[in-house]
Amino acid sequence: MGKYTLLQKTGLYLAMTVFMTFILLPFLEMFMASLRPLEHLFRSPYQFWSNDMSFQAYFDIWNTVPMLARYIFNSVFLASVTTALCLSFVIPAAYAYARFHFKGKSVTLGLFLAVNMFAGAVLLIPLYKLLRSMGLLNTYAAMFVPGAAFLVPTGIWLLKSYLEKIPIELEESAWIDGASRIYILRKVVIPLAVPGLIVVGVATFIGAYAQQFLFAITFNQKREFMPLPAGIFEFVGYQSVIWNQLMAASIVGIIPVLLIFLFLQRYLVEGLTKGALKG
Amino acid sequence: MTMISKNSNSSSKWREILRSRTLFVWLLITPAALFMFLIVGWPLLETIRLSFTNAGLGGEQYIGWENYEKLLNNRKYPAIVGRTFYWMFLSVLLKMVIGTAGALLLNAKIRGKATFRVMVMPPWIVPMAIGCIGWLWLYNGHFGILAGVLMRLGIIDGPFEFLAYKSSAFYSAVVTDVWIGTPMIAIFILAAMQSVPDDLYEAAYVDGASRWYRFRRITIPQIMPVIVTMSLLSAIWTFNSFEVIWILTEGGPRGATTTMIIDTYKMAIANYKFGYGATRALMVVLSLAVFSLLYLILLNKVNERYKTK
Repeated sequence: MGKYTLLQKTGLYLAMTVFMTFILLPFLEMFMASLRPLEHLFRSPYQFWSNDMSFQAYFDIWNTVPMLARYIFNSVFLASVTTALCLSFVIPAAYAYARFHFKGKSVTLGLFLAVNMFAGAVLLIPLYKLLRSMGLLNTYAAMFVPGAAFLVPTGIWLLKSYLEKIPIELEESAWIDGASRIYILRKVVIPLAVPGLIVVGVATFIGAYAQQFLFAITFNQKREFMPLPAGIFEFVGYQSVIWNQLMAASIVGIIPVLLIFLFLQRYLVEGLTKGALKG
Repeated sequence: MTMISKNSNSSSKWREILRSRTLFVWLLITPAALFMFLIVGWPLLETIRLSFTNAGLGGEQYIGWENYEKLLNNRKYPAIVGRTFYWMFLSVLLKMVIGTAGALLLNAKIRGKATFRVMVMPPWIVPMAIGCIGWLWLYNGHFGILAGVLMRLGIIDGPFEFLAYKSSAFYSAVVTDVWIGTPMIAIFILAAMQSVPDDLYEAAYVDGASRWYRFRRITIPQIMPVIVTMSLLSAIWTFNSFEVIWILTEGGPRGATTTMIIDTYKMAIANYKFGYGATRALMVVLSLAVFSLLYLILLNKVNERYKTK
């Protein structure tokens, strides 16, 4: 249907180049800065390429910030626990909204979605009090409990639209055969919903990984629990910033989530969009 | 709607059972509902209570509407509110325009489109704080690539610190916020474009409609619902955007990037004025609620007009 002319094709690639430059420039700059010796970074005018570039910063970061590996582990760990906790609330609720009619359905669903309006930053003081009274300050839970809560509404919304597309007949026949509701949920619905669960799980994981900062800098003072987005600021000193190592640590820190994403991207991009839109 | 299936005996019975068992339904929803009440509901109520107190490090006392009066009489506050809405409108507008243009590009049948679709994602999936660190260096006036290239091209004479001046800091923060928000919007709009039935395009093509005409008359109307939903969601997130501003400028220079959320954080956390901070936090919630309501009402009106036509 209508092939592109050469002119249109050139225009498309040109526009794509501009768009991709906007998207990827910060990463490129990060990478280039990580390769430069610190003295070279403060050299003007700007040089794109020079001979003294090396991967030295990638070795030095582990000495400058000895806990760096721990921070990266914490980030992945926190995102995983956040995702698990979030899904344990999302799965039953999404099932209820996808399969049952009941009084108060649209009202409660609306309330869940309205939670999107509250940023964590708005509720920090009471959350701080709450976590303190539960004895959770300065623990992993101080970050993953509120973190999970703010991801629940979107999770319910996404998973609900998936479950709605699973034909109901299978559940019916299981019911006729005398299976219990819990059994049906565990052995019929969940296995069928695996693709949807992966999408919601990955989306939640990415959300949990991307948003680690505010709760970490507010509710946790202990370095051993700190996630990378908070811990990485140790490269920023009172006097000076070790820029090349800061950039190297940033690159290293985003590798885990990039790997997970590359591994699951086909699932994610397709699933996320289709599930959310055709519900 | 999901209940509509074959009209067999078994399924109608099943449906009846499903309907009758409200207990089971509430069992499924209650954990999530309780969790949300604990982490969002109760803190909201507590924020309302705190807003009527002078809570700080030294205890708290009920002081009635004093915080509200103080806030309404604060000469600087209207500027912060105005700036927040300007921040939101500008950033969301750019996100939607660039996101839609990006989706169009990603939807074009060109070589390498699968790779491009993956390449667009990183700003979204990488921790916001880390993405901002990259921008921090980009905006460096002496050694960043932006100033470097601009100097080479002779557009600026000397080093230019993007984050040091009031208006350049504001627009720089907007650009970074747009950068973070665009990929998700592009991907969702792309999906909407792909869900448009092919035969619509084919019919128009056979009738000799131009590419531009097909875009205007088929693509745009078909993706409109997604654009409308994403705009509202994006507006809410942008309004509440914290990390970008905090990491780039901490609200400075001289308050030029202080939005309501940054202002609230500073008041409550940095200055330990919990009561006064709570009042400001409620203003954020209230502004968003009013905005969302107006948006939905307007949307309804527009929808009705389209229907009657």
